[in-house]
Amino acid sequence: MDIFAQQLINGLVLGSVYALVALGYTLVYGILELINFAHGETTMMGSMIALAVIGALFGVAPDLPGIVIVLTGLLVAIPACMLLGYSIERVAYRPLRHAPRLAPLITAIGISIVLQNVAMLIWGKQYIAFPTTLLPQGRHEILGASITDVQIAILVLTVAIMAGLVILVNRTRLGRAMRATAQAPAVAQLMGVNVNAVISATFIIGSALAAIAGVMVSANYGQAHYYMGFLLGLKAFSAAVLGGIGNLAGAMLGGLLLGVIEALGAGYIGDLTGGFLGSHYQDIFAFMVLILVLTLKPSGLLGSKSVERA
Amino acid sequence: MNVLDTLTGKAKSRVWLTAALLLLGLVLLPFLVEASLGKSWVRIIDLALLYIMLALGLNIVVGYAGLLDLGYVAFYAVGAYCWALLASPQFGLNLPFWIILPAGAAIAALFGVLLGTPTLRLRGDYLAIVTLGFGEIIRIFINNLNAPINITNGPQGITLIEPMSIFGFSLGKTQDVLGLTLSSPHLYYYLFLLCVALVVFVCVRLENSRIGRAWVAIREDEMAAAAAGINTRNIKLLAFAMGATFGGLSGGLFASFQGFVSPESFNLMESIMILSMIVLGGMGNIPGVILGAILVTVIPEALRYTGDLQRVLFGQVYIDPADLRMLLFGIALVMMMLFRPAGLLPSKQRKREFAEDAA
Amino acid sequence: MKSSLLALSIALAVGLTVSACGDKKEGAAAGGNGPVKIGQSSPLTGPQAHIGKDNDNGARLAIDEINASKPVIGGKPVTFEVMSEDDQADPKTATIVAQRMVDAGIVGVIGHLNSGATIPAAKIYSDNNIPQISPSATAIKYTAQGFKTAYRVMTNDEQQGKVLGAYAAKLGKKVAIIDDQTAYGQGLAAEVEKAAKAAGAEVVAVEHTNDKASDFSAILTSIKGKAPDVIFFGGMDPQAAPINKQMRQLGMTAQLLGGDGMQTPKFIELAGADAEGAIASIPGLPLDKMPKGTDFKQKFEAKYGQIQLYAPYAYDAAYVMVDAMKRADSTDPAKYLPELAKTSYEGVTGKISFDAKGDLTSGPITLYKVQGGKWETLETVQP
Repeated sequence: MDIFAQQLINGLVLGSVYALVALGYTLVYGILELINFAHGETTMMGSMIALAVIGALFGVAPDLPGIVIVLTGLLVAIPACMLLGYSIERVAYRPLRHAPRLAPLITAIGISIVLQNVAMLIWGKQYIAFPTTLLPQGRHEILGASITDVQIAILVLTVAIMAGLVILVNRTRLGRAMRATAQAPAVAQLMGVNVNAVISATFIIGSALAAIAGVMVSANYGQAHYYMGFLLGLKAFSAAVLGGIGNLAGAMLGGLLLGVIEALGAGYIGDLTGGFLGSHYQDIFAFMVLILVLTLKPSGLLGSKSVERA
Repeated sequence: MNVLDTLTGKAKSRVWLTAALLLLGLVLLPFLVEASLGKSWVRIIDLALLYIMLALGLNIVVGYAGLLDLGYVAFYAVGAYCWALLASPQFGLNLPFWIILPAGAAIAALFGVLLGTPTLRLRGDYLAIVTLGFGEIIRIFINNLNAPINITNGPQGITLIEPMSIFGFSLGKTQDVLGLTLSSPHLYYYLFLLCVALVVFVCVRLENSRIGRAWVAIREDEMAAAAAGINTRNIKLLAFAMGATFGGLSGGLFASFQGFVSPESFNLMESIMILSMIVLGGMGNIPGVILGAILVTVIPEALRYTGDLQRVLFGQVYIDPADLRMLLFGIALVMMMLFRPAGLLPSKQRKREFAEDAA
Repeated sequence: MKSSLLALSIALAVGLTVSACGDKKEGAAAGGNGPVKIGQSSPLTGPQAHIGKDNDNGARLAIDEINASKPVIGGKPVTFEVMSEDDQADPKTATIVAQRMVDAGIVGVIGHLNSGATIPAAKIYSDNNIPQISPSATAIKYTAQGFKTAYRVMTNDEQQGKVLGAYAAKLGKKVAIIDDQTAYGQGLAAEVEKAAKAAGAEVVAVEHTNDKASDFSAILTSIKGKAPDVIFFGGMDPQAAPINKQMRQLGMTAQLLGGDGMQTPKFIELAGADAEGAIASIPGLPLDKMPKGTDFKQKFEAKYGQIQLYAPYAYDAAYVMVDAMKRADSTDPAKYLPELAKTSYEGVTGKISFDAKGDLTSGPITLYKVQGGKWETLETVQP
């Protein structure tokens, strides 16, 4: 029982990160029907920038409380990623908004490669350590399973951000403009909505979430690397599709679910198949889920209204 | 032939002359290259020929039928492993090439249909992601199928693969032909050249056939194509299968040429590289795709020299040539889409479309 | 028509002359009296560039020293030159650079670094009869291909795996094994599993991950349920460190054991305080135990900075190669290759001699433990 509880916690922590990144995909897709392939790289940049700031600050003022140093890193990474997300949209997607479908997808792959390589040139090819001593190191036992302070913070923060986002989309002027643009950009424009500004805002919000997710990942695993965004992005996208792309609650649910599926899958697949399949198949769960959902129920678990393209 | 008929006698002989010179140039190319740049460049040209085949195969799926496939390398892997398993000590088999190559191509085609069937309803970016996932799944399976039953030898790869041997004439060692001493890379060059010619021939014929037009119709408007009586399901599956066939064929040739295959040769980056060949060269246009394949294979090798150049200019290497290569590809992909979306040598039709879209 | 025939014959004539020149050039390179070229190939770009450069530096240091000693071979003074090529740790690129070095007239190769690159390149060296000594390839298959030219100064997976497996069994009765499904990690882990079982330990779990992963909580939780005393990880430091960290997060107290891929300063940096107590092995003797070891370390660090991983092996490989040339009194590969097989050389990593396959005979293996944030020598195991 304690093993099951532990796997559940493992899955929820992993899934929270997927969920935050998935929100970025879903926001953009809901409005532009575009897969922002470079979103995973935005997450990576967030993590790297935060680590650079944390490292520098720790070097200059090691006496500051650890949490302040980490928060400063986060507070620098968020606007930096917002700027990055805004620029990506302006440079790579906006000029191609009316081009054939393949075009923005290929620029997205291009941007993704460029960001990886730029990060590699700036921060090198080696893994970078996160000074984990800066954060509380407590460990707690719940139902025979253990969870760390950092992991609790990740879970709480994810839920809080999610709630904030739902309020933003459903209760504010910007949210209303976003929903209008998602439904019919041309009509929204006629009603006085500045569609370009709304799209920029969407990218900016998504990138901010990516930055937070990036810092969470490196704080939890203690390291960051220029390649870390790619697979994370793919899995988060799968999560968004699983929940129903374009749907905020769906992204959250899909992320948590995918995390749990991976944890339980990797944990039990060996025993269930009598050793025929092992934990080395962990990474294919996301892809399997993706293929199954898209072929069986393309609108996802909490299907949104407009998924005619799938 | 009708093009030739309309030409005057003199112009006709000029066409033939050009063709003859081109052929002669291609036949002599490995000797010229070896003499000027060294034998390693013959090897690079061999690889470029392999990539031309791969790019032409992917071009059928992406360029003609407009289905963005990011997992194309899976078929290459299937073909390569098919050869590796049937002609190596792994299972103690050494079947002749005329069994393995068709078998590899056929199995790859089967995988193409396997991938195509569930994804028929998907379009655009969804398809891209699913094919990407499919490519990764194949690679992960190849990497892991060493236990509990050892099939692929897992991450260790398969060594001592038999080279291509055409009725006792092995391409794997130096041979004397008509008084000329030809080493293995030279022999493979002529084989690959022949295969490329075959693939180009098939592609040209497909392009101008009912099937080719049906692909274009689906690419342009699937609904309209279906309304016009095209069986979109079968035609799309055919595109996947044809593309996969060429992938499988190149994979088999790669395994025989290299003598060693391991899963790391078939990662996602490889798929993206093949895609960028098509995008840079000109989607849907055979000469464009060939140009793209040559550029993408040769440029990284040429970039090696920038390391020396940097050392001469600045006294040290600031940017590793290999890093520069990826960075340049990324930038090139973005720039091409923004400023020359139809590629370096665009097909006439594509050029027109992009011009319309821009208007 | 006349002109086309003319053009054709001119082109043919040019082609044949040029190719004839090419043949001549190759002939000249082999018997020339310029510096004798020794090839070195490793990934000089990409994620393993720092380890690849380390090999290069090791080989260069040896060749510089040899040149400074003004060697005379075959009655003539000889200078050696290192020709370094980047194989990007990629099998395909490895064959291209192998061909390039052979074209350039090298008489021997120190390389490559990775097994995946070494194995396909070995075929090209063998076809051209160029002796090859890899300083770091550990895959059993490298020397099992039946090539006369393939040697290594590093223990193979089987040799290291045997020692590690037996050591794991000594640390505890229940052993769990994780590998990263790369050629190196899986090869080593498979041998450790065999050896641990042979030594009487119970292998309670075999789990796998990949070389890009950072989340291991699921497999560690599953392993935790089987309560092992020792966890062996076959893989590199970027995965070993988070595995170590997540073991502590999950409240696991098992001993972490690893191979040479984990025995790096980076592992301690990434794992932080959690690294304390981790054990990893590296083939050969600790440098400070070797007569020439401390000397080598000083010279290397003065010139290139900290030793990353395999530089001492590349250094030994270069010396072993030149040693064989001296005994054969020739730099001709065909002449010194038989002498290479008879090598008996006291290197900085230990005593070097080869078995019939080209593997190192009876290499010692040293275990290290993280103590006070540093790798400290634990013990040396003679197989």
